[in-house]
Amino acid sequence: MSHADLVVRGAAPATGLSEPADLFVAKGRILALASAGSRPVPEGARTVEADGMLLFPGLSDVHVHLREPGQEWKETIATGLAAAIKGGFVNVMCMANTDPVNDQASVTATMLEKALRSHPRGPRLYPVGALTVGLAGKALAPMEELKAAGCKAFSNDGRPVADSELFRRALEYASDLGLTVIDHCEDPFLAPGAGINEGVVSARLGLRGAPVAGEAIQVARDCLLARYLGVPIHLAHISCQMSVEIIRQAKAQGAPVTAETCPHYLVLTEDACEGYDTNAKVNPPLRTRQDQLALLAALEDGTIDVLATDHAPHASHEKETPFAEAPNGISGLETALSVTWELTARGELSAQALVNAWCVRPAEIFGLPLNRFQEGDPADFILFDPSARWTVTPQALASKGKNTPFLGRELSGLVRAAYVAGNNAL
Amino acid sequence: MTWPHKDLLDVTQLTKAHALEILSAAKSFQEINSRPVKKVPILKGKSVVLFFAEPSTRTKTSFDVAGKRLSADTFSLAKSGSSLAKGESLKDTVLTLQAMKPDAIVLRHDMSGAAQFIASRLECSVINAGDGWHAHPTQALLDAFTLSERWDGFEGKTVLILGDIAHSRVARSNVRLLTLLGASVRLCAPKTLLPTAVGSWGVPVFSDLDEAVRGVDAVMCLRLQLERQQAGLLPDIREYSRRFCMTTPRLARAAKNAVVLHPGPINRGWEIASDLADSRESLILDQVASGVDVRMALLHLYLTRKERKE
Repeated sequence: MSHADLVVRGAAPATGLSEPADLFVAKGRILALASAGSRPVPEGARTVEADGMLLFPGLSDVHVHLREPGQEWKETIATGLAAAIKGGFVNVMCMANTDPVNDQASVTATMLEKALRSHPRGPRLYPVGALTVGLAGKALAPMEELKAAGCKAFSNDGRPVADSELFRRALEYASDLGLTVIDHCEDPFLAPGAGINEGVVSARLGLRGAPVAGEAIQVARDCLLARYLGVPIHLAHISCQMSVEIIRQAKAQGAPVTAETCPHYLVLTEDACEGYDTNAKVNPPLRTRQDQLALLAALEDGTIDVLATDHAPHASHEKETPFAEAPNGISGLETALSVTWELTARGELSAQALVNAWCVRPAEIFGLPLNRFQEGDPADFILFDPSARWTVTPQALASKGKNTPFLGRELSGLVRAAYVAGNNAL
Repeated sequence: MTWPHKDLLDVTQLTKAHALEILSAAKSFQEINSRPVKKVPILKGKSVVLFFAEPSTRTKTSFDVAGKRLSADTFSLAKSGSSLAKGESLKDTVLTLQAMKPDAIVLRHDMSGAAQFIASRLECSVINAGDGWHAHPTQALLDAFTLSERWDGFEGKTVLILGDIAHSRVARSNVRLLTLLGASVRLCAPKTLLPTAVGSWGVPVFSDLDEAVRGVDAVMCLRLQLERQQAGLLPDIREYSRRFCMTTPRLARAAKNAVVLHPGPINRGWEIASDLADSRESLILDQVASGVDVRMALLHLYLTRKERKE
C-alpha cells in the first residue's frame, strides 16, 4: 500500500450525511475512506481540514453548451470550465452545436487544446461529436474520426434528426464504435423551440406553447428504436411525466435506454415565465408541478439516470427582448448542485439518488473517470459546504451567461473545493 | 381619484372601479366629439409617440385623432420607417424615443409581452395598443363602452366571442374585462382556434354556433386571418363560414335586441354576413366612434396622472 500524500479530514460523505470520515489520497488516486480519526495521518502528507463539509465524488455534466468556437460572446471554453469547476463538475461533455459544428477532428482537437490551456488541472473536457454533418440531419458525421479525436458520444442536440431512417442508421453506426447517441427529443412539427409549455400560462400570455406530447412522441420513437435494434440511446433533458412513463415502460421491456433531466425542471414550473421572463425560456420548456413530481420519482427509482445542466449561456442583450424573440436556454453550471441539494435537504430527493444522478450514472453511461471512493479510483471529489448561503447575481457567476431564472435567489450550499485527480482545481 | 398606473398594459391591471371610471370619462369626452369644434386644450404641450410596429388603420388613427382633439402633439412611427427595420433592437429603439422626452408611447407590436417589455424600461407612460396574441386593452374598453351605451349595466348580460380566440388579443382582453364588469362570457370556435388550456379561463366554450348564440345579448365576431387556413388550422374559408359566420338568421336565436360587434377590419361573408354588418343590430361603426372617446379618456388619465397625484 502506497503512502498517502493528501488527507482530507472530517468531511461527511454525502450519501452517509452524518458520519465524518478521513479521505486518504495518493498520487491522484483514492487510497482509502475511513472513519474520522480511525487511521493515523502519515508524516509529510498534506492535510485539509473539512469539518462540516459534505464529501461528494466529482460531478459529471454530460450536457453543456460552451459556445466555442464561434459564439465566444456567449461563453468560451475557459469561462465555461471556470463555471463548471465552481459548480463541482470535474467532467464536462460539451455539445457539438458550435460554429463550425464539431463534426470533424480538427474542431474536437481545438476544443481539447483550449481546455488544456485554460484549465490544465481540470475539469476534464469531453466533446460530444455531431451525429450528422453540420447537424443538418442529412448525412452521417465521420464518427470514427471524431472518436479518435476524443469525442465521447454523438448528438444532434438542438437540431433533432427528424428522418427516422437516418437516425436509425446513426444509432447502429455509433454502436459499432461503442459510443452512445444522445438525443434531444422533440417532434419537428409540434411547436418546436417554443420555449414555454403549452398550458395555462401560455394561454394567458398569448404565446405559442410546446406540448408535452411533442417531446414524448420522440421519446417513444427512440425507445422503440433502441429496443428494436438493441443499441443504446441516451435521452437528453426529459421534462415531463408523459416521457417518464414511456421511459419506465421501455426500461421494463429491456430497451437499452438511459435518460437525463435538469435541475430547472425539478424546481421551476411554467409559472416562471409569468411577466414574459426570458430567463425562464428554455427548450424543452418548464412544465407543471405534476411533471416535477414525476421527474423526482423517476430520479429516485432510476427511471431517469442522470442529472445534467443543459448549460446554455447567452449574452444579456440577447435575452433582453420580447419573449418570442429571445433564444432558449438557461445558464446552469453554477446553480445546479445548490438547487438540487436543496431538494435533498428538504427531503424531496434522497442523497443517494442525488449522488447517483450527478456522479455515478453519467460516468458509467459515458465511460468517464468515476470515483466510488474505492482504492485506485481517481481522486475526483468535492467539498460542499451545506451551511453556506449565497445569492445568485451576475457578479457571482463565472460564466459569461447570466441568463438564469434563479437570479436574485438565495441558494443553499457552495462548493469550497473541487479536486480533479488529487488537485484542487477550484 | 388619483390614477395609480403609469402604463396600460392590459385590463387585468384595472379594478372594476377603475374600468368604470374610464367608461364614465369616455362619456364626457363623447360630448366633446359631438361639438362643431372638437378640440380642447387639456393636453396642450404633451407629446405622444404612436409607435406601430405592425400595420393598423383604425387603432392608430383613433389614437391620433384622440390626441389631437386634446391638443397633444402626436408623432407617428412605423416599423418600416424605423430603425427596427435596420435590425435595431426594440429596447434600443424605445430608449432612443424616450431620450426625446415624450409623455407617452402608444405601442402596437406583433409580439406578446412587447408592451410590458418596454414599459419596464421606460419612465414615460406606455399604452398597449395591441401586443401579439396577448392583450388589446383599449379595444376591450371601447367595446365595453359601446355596449354600456346600449345597456343599463353589464349584470345579467351574456356576450358570445366568436372566432379565432387562440390568436386574438381582442378576445383575451374582452374575456377579462367583460367578466370584471359583471357580464357572462362564452366562446365559440373550432378547437384548432382555441388555446389548448382554454378550460382554465373559466368560461363556457362551444363548437356549435347555433347552440352558442342561443339567448346571448351580444355577439363579438373576430377577424379571421387567411394565414390560419394556410397554417393548416382550417380546411378552407368556405367551410369556416358555413360553421362560424355570424348571420341574420343565426342572430335570431339570440336574445331580443341582441347586437353584433366586430373590432375590424371585417371580412364580409367570412366571419360576419354582409347584410348583418350593415344592419341596425351592427355596432361596428359605433365601436369606431367609441374608440376615439375611450382613447381621449385614457390619454387624459395617463398623461395627467402626475398632476392628479400632486
